[in-house]
Amino acid sequence: MGNWRFLAIAVSVAAATFGVGVWINLDYLFFAGYVILQYVVLATAWNILGGYAGYMNLGVSAFFALGAYTTVALETALKLPLPLTIPAAGVVAGVVGLGMGYLTLRLKGIYFAIATLALAVVAETFVTNWDYVGGSAGAYLLHPLRGPWFGSYTEYLFLLMLILATLSIVVARAVERSWIGYGLTAIRDDEGAAEASGVPTLRLKLFATALSGALMGMAGAPLPYYVSFLEPASAFNLGYAVTTIAMPMIGGTKTWLGPLIGSLLLATTQQVASVTISSEVNLLVVGVLLVGFVMLAPNGIVGWFQRR
Amino acid sequence: MTITYPLLVNAVITGLLMGGFYAALSVGATVAFGLLDIVNIAHPTFAVIGAYAVLVLNRTFNIDPILAGLLLTPVFYGAGTLLYRVYYHFFERRGDDAMRGLAFFFGLMFLAEVMLIMLFGVDFRYVQAPYITTTLNYGPIALPLRLAVPFAGSLLMLIALELFLKKTFIGHAIVAVAQDPFALRLVAASPVRIKRIAFGVACASAALAGAFIIVIEPLQPAVGRDFIGRVFAICVFGGLGSLPGTVVAAISLGLVENLTTVFIGPSWSPAVAFGALLATLAWRPSGLFGRS
Repeated sequence: MGNWRFLAIAVSVAAATFGVGVWINLDYLFFAGYVILQYVVLATAWNILGGYAGYMNLGVSAFFALGAYTTVALETALKLPLPLTIPAAGVVAGVVGLGMGYLTLRLKGIYFAIATLALAVVAETFVTNWDYVGGSAGAYLLHPLRGPWFGSYTEYLFLLMLILATLSIVVARAVERSWIGYGLTAIRDDEGAAEASGVPTLRLKLFATALSGALMGMAGAPLPYYVSFLEPASAFNLGYAVTTIAMPMIGGTKTWLGPLIGSLLLATTQQVASVTISSEVNLLVVGVLLVGFVMLAPNGIVGWFQRR
Repeated sequence: MTITYPLLVNAVITGLLMGGFYAALSVGATVAFGLLDIVNIAHPTFAVIGAYAVLVLNRTFNIDPILAGLLLTPVFYGAGTLLYRVYYHFFERRGDDAMRGLAFFFGLMFLAEVMLIMLFGVDFRYVQAPYITTTLNYGPIALPLRLAVPFAGSLLMLIALELFLKKTFIGHAIVAVAQDPFALRLVAASPVRIKRIAFGVACASAALAGAFIIVIEPLQPAVGRDFIGRVFAICVFGGLGSLPGTVVAAISLGLVENLTTVFIGPSWSPAVAFGALLATLAWRPSGLFGRS
């Protein structure tokens, strides 16, 4: 299936999802659906680098929170509306990814992973010290009750995240099936051999890091409006990183379908569990699932259906 | 801010003492990473688990925290060997699975943190020992025993480890397993067994490092994460697997970090370790005492 046909199908599915949402017209559904879609974007974005190329980004919360704080900064400075801060957040997070990647991607993947983990701590330090965006006290970003065109503001945020999720899946699939995707897969399987066969490994890794970081930043951009009150400790919460990494691990990391399945399953379970059970137990479940799938099912759920 | 002489000297002393502790905290990670090729990013969190165990022993039996840490080392050694069995079975045996192993330790780190929060809450906890509140004063220069005792303990632990690696057969075998596991087989030593012992020793060091953590500062489940950047900056900068390198790197980091705290601001000190890590990776990835 070509990319354009897939785009048409993805857009129809998204439109149908939104249509059903509008028909049910329950604000809580948009509220919970937003979080699920946010994880679809995060998991899909993470998988472009982590799944295709095998380079593990442990600093998901850093990219995500940088996106959120880009919105806070631009709202405070220029009163920019959300549809404009989302691409800006993508640029900021993408550039940070590119810079980090440039310094560490020439080495073994382990070093990149450690550096991203440390990045989360440093980015948090930086934002905590930056009083303009609220510093350690946090920032309020109150949204109007109504969306700009129709429905509630939550419905509007849901729609934006639905567009982002559709976009990231289409992009991830297009990358996967292009020469870039094949190059990234070659890097994952044997980087030395890939380099020797003429795959521009560093350039491909940098591209994947920047793209993946940019999508994560874009996923974080609407967060300040969604939570109304943003402070560094919750924006940089490690839970975002663990949950995001667990999703492709559960679904399967080799195709775009894996993170989609993993994120829909895990995020929906979490939404149900956080209402019915405590949030700590919720996090415990995510941790157990991550460790369990990594140990016992290296190819995830998608792997169960691919008999070779 | 004016830089006065006593302020500078005190910052240097504090940095030196903290550096010694950083070395103790990093040594387990550098043995696992440098000699065994196991990137245990959960190592600082293991130390935090050790610190909470020390807290429980100190509060219930009134045992001195550092003695409690020492008593916990066999337990941590056992847990470490067990963990290596799991790691070997699911990851190492399958070959090229370093990344999955990393996700495994990342998950473990998170699980440990969540469980500590469920057990102890997020309040800051501390232990009681006579030396924690004592500071020796020599004129304008202060020597807080809260830092000096863990420093001395760290040095003793590092010397003991260095002697173990350099003077015993198993120690030689651990260094050898990093260089040539096949050659180790030829002298009838099982590389898997040697790595199991080494990983156990690395985890045992986390128990003592945990005791030092809770003597130095109040404890909270998430502090382990703040140490990750420092620990791996030290590992890489020190040249993986080199104990003298670890000590030099740790003390340099402690010094720079403390000078930053005193002269720029305490909230910026976490950025120092990250800067050091990135700089090392960009310009000298084999570290100060690296082999290649």
